[in-house]
Amino acid sequence: MSTETAPDPIASAASPAAATALVAKIFGVGTAGVRLLERMRQGEFEGAKLVAVDTEAAAVGAVAAFAEALLLETRPLRGLGTGGDPERGRAAAEENLQKLKDACRGVDIVCIVAGLGGGSGTGISPVLAQVARESGALTLAFALLPFDCEGNRRLRQAREGLEALRAAADGVICLPCQKLFGVVGENASVVEAFAAVSHVWLDGLRGVWRLVARPGLIPIHFGELSALLRGRHADSCFATAEAAGTTRSRDVIEKLFAHPLLDGGAGLREADAALVSLLGGPDLTMVEVHRVMEQISEQCPRAQIVMGAAVDETHRERLAVTLIATRPCPTPKTEPARARPARNPSSRSDNATLEFDSDFLHPVETPRPPARLVPPAPPLSAEEREQLLARTAAREAAGRKRAPRMRQTQLPLEIVSKGRFDRTEPTVHQGEDLDLPTFLRRGVKLN
Amino acid sequence: MFDSEPIVVGLEIGTSKVCAVVGELLGEGAGVNIVAVGQSPSQGVRKGEIRDVSDVEECVRRAIAEAEEMANVEIRSVYLGVTGGHIRGFNNRGVHPIPSADREITSEDVQDVIKNAKAINLPHENTVLHAIRQHFLVDGQDGVTDPVGMVGSCLEVDMHVVHGNLNRIQNPIRLVRGLQLEVEEVVFTGLAASLALLTNEQKELGALVIDLGGGTTDYAVYADGVIKHTGVLAVGGDHVTQDLALGLTVPISLAERLKLEHGGAFVDEEVKGRILTLPSEHGFTGTAVNLENLRRIMHLRLEETLDLVAQDVDNAGLLPHLRAGVVLCGGGARVPGLTRLAEQVFKLPVTVGHTTAISGLKSTLDQPEFAAPLGLVKFAALKARSRTERRSGWHRVKRFFSEVFSFSSPGETS
Repeated sequence: MSTETAPDPIASAASPAAATALVAKIFGVGTAGVRLLERMRQGEFEGAKLVAVDTEAAAVGAVAAFAEALLLETRPLRGLGTGGDPERGRAAAEENLQKLKDACRGVDIVCIVAGLGGGSGTGISPVLAQVARESGALTLAFALLPFDCEGNRRLRQAREGLEALRAAADGVICLPCQKLFGVVGENASVVEAFAAVSHVWLDGLRGVWRLVARPGLIPIHFGELSALLRGRHADSCFATAEAAGTTRSRDVIEKLFAHPLLDGGAGLREADAALVSLLGGPDLTMVEVHRVMEQISEQCPRAQIVMGAAVDETHRERLAVTLIATRPCPTPKTEPARARPARNPSSRSDNATLEFDSDFLHPVETPRPPARLVPPAPPLSAEEREQLLARTAAREAAGRKRAPRMRQTQLPLEIVSKGRFDRTEPTVHQGEDLDLPTFLRRGVKLN
Repeated sequence: MFDSEPIVVGLEIGTSKVCAVVGELLGEGAGVNIVAVGQSPSQGVRKGEIRDVSDVEECVRRAIAEAEEMANVEIRSVYLGVTGGHIRGFNNRGVHPIPSADREITSEDVQDVIKNAKAINLPHENTVLHAIRQHFLVDGQDGVTDPVGMVGSCLEVDMHVVHGNLNRIQNPIRLVRGLQLEVEEVVFTGLAASLALLTNEQKELGALVIDLGGGTTDYAVYADGVIKHTGVLAVGGDHVTQDLALGLTVPISLAERLKLEHGGAFVDEEVKGRILTLPSEHGFTGTAVNLENLRRIMHLRLEETLDLVAQDVDNAGLLPHLRAGVVLCGGGARVPGLTRLAEQVFKLPVTVGHTTAISGLKSTLDQPEFAAPLGLVKFAALKARSRTERRSGWHRVKRFFSEVFSFSSPGETS
């Protein structure tokens, strides 16, 4: 409440501009989130109100010119950041709960952009998502997962943060940086790599934004979007592609399916809902729309597909497709063990830290391992899992009783059997096995 | 059976046959009289070593029983022949300084130097089978046979040591003991064969004895009257049979028969292109066997075997010393043309050996196969004699009898 920019008037100020349209806010949370906001400024995010949320006074101050700044400060932090500790981030967010609530009031769509793994983004975003959802907004989180090389601690924190975020938000679209190695290219410098990451991130954000904000030829209703995301606790992946020229519809599909975040189409096959947004120029033909949609529905046979199309004068001869595929979250939302911890992340984190090593010992009790876009194996229901466990247990038990019942052994095939010298010590003289017939060893041909 | 006419028994558990030979010790220095032979085809022995204990037990029991019946004695102890690819021989020299003031070499000094020579460095799982005295050297002077009474400051002795894997030597010992028979000593069969075949003159001139057995080829080299080299090549008649079975694609039993009936060391002109058609019997389909192939397979194997022996002897630097040539024995010596083949390989005169200095069932036993078991009996006779001599206190006088050999039981030294 101490901030001079009271959120309420701003939100209401934004709404009259598009009275029929939605009030949307994009929260950049944490260092990465705030940085991305800077890039968003020149992007096509008109109509969205940008909010920077961070614990570092300096970071927030840098974007204060174009975005609403929300400095979450607590006494122990002294505006110096969380030092990579999500606990401190969460504590700061909880301490400033009222500030967040105010920022979310009257907003229809809250978009949280955060890089997970650090202190602020990981700690604050779940709290923010919770607050936003309670205030009635559709909450979408765009989470960035760190590169594998950034270290165990960050990866672990990111996974925990993602779990919490998924429990709190309506929809989480996550972007594992590791998967972007394919996009970045081998020889890219570190700077280029991070630039590429934010580029992809921004692309996805823009695509979603277009879905919601751009008045389309075939509009996607906010209701549809809500229905699709709300209550699903979806785990989503997205892909964007753009192509130009006469073969754009074919090219764009190719590019789309080759997108690294889709994992070669595996993400699509498991999707149970897909949002497709097409953006083309006035020359976009129905055939092209049809072709794209046909391909996509072929790829996701189980998905409920929501399609939107928009026409933009600037996109003449171009076609951009944004695809968001959501996968049902394996753990049902009714499971209280998952919803609870998000509300009280402190206990959640403590438990997670304690139980981290024993993850594999209690596969049923601990939450699913973090958000990989595509799981290694198809998700099993509790019943199937029981069966599988029972089967392996039975196999093990049987193995203990009768050890090598079905074991493929090495075939005792040799060029020539040693016949009666089979079990004797071979007579080897200067590397020659004298048990083998001399004529064979010398290669003498018999007629 | 009676102390007045003590008997000695040599038992050889060979790859193709188990053979027990009973000898009767004649009076002082008169040698030994062979009174009985018991034989049994061998089963469960491969390359001279026991594979199947129960099979071999049965064979040994049969051979011993036959010998007992023939000689009308009860056999209580045997001299056991052993062989196998693990047995090796090498020469070792022991040194002993003479400490006494007058520098006269005493018999104690001789014992000491022999002890030193036996203290050799073997792999820990190996044991000394035989340690055979070759020559004494007094102050570097070679060729001394009896140094006692000579004067010198340093006494040396050359020993030939035959050693082998302890466990593998103990396998047949344990088996024989399991049959309620004592094992007096174990003897390397290659050595036994050379004892049976060589005359003292041949030993002096230098000779190579090759025992072409069923599973192994044992050989021993004499030069200057003493054993210079011994060795075992774990290749024998079984290998020939096996080669034939594989090369002619016939069963092992048929291959064995073909080897005996049509075998030969050379591909002669008359067998070239000859096809032998074997009648079908007992359900076997009639087989056509190319005799030329049969001979070629045999020739290659036998030539290789002899060649390997020749190489080994040559490596020991002994080929020029074999002035008495090569003496063959064992079942392999029966292969037609083998003498000629060996002459080609060694470029030395080759003969098939005849057992010497043994009386008794000479005509039946003068076969190359019996060289090793007869040698065992001869060895036993030598040992028994030296033992009685020692007992009677004559050994200092009549020592020259056992001068050439100084045997030790396995395990006695290491």
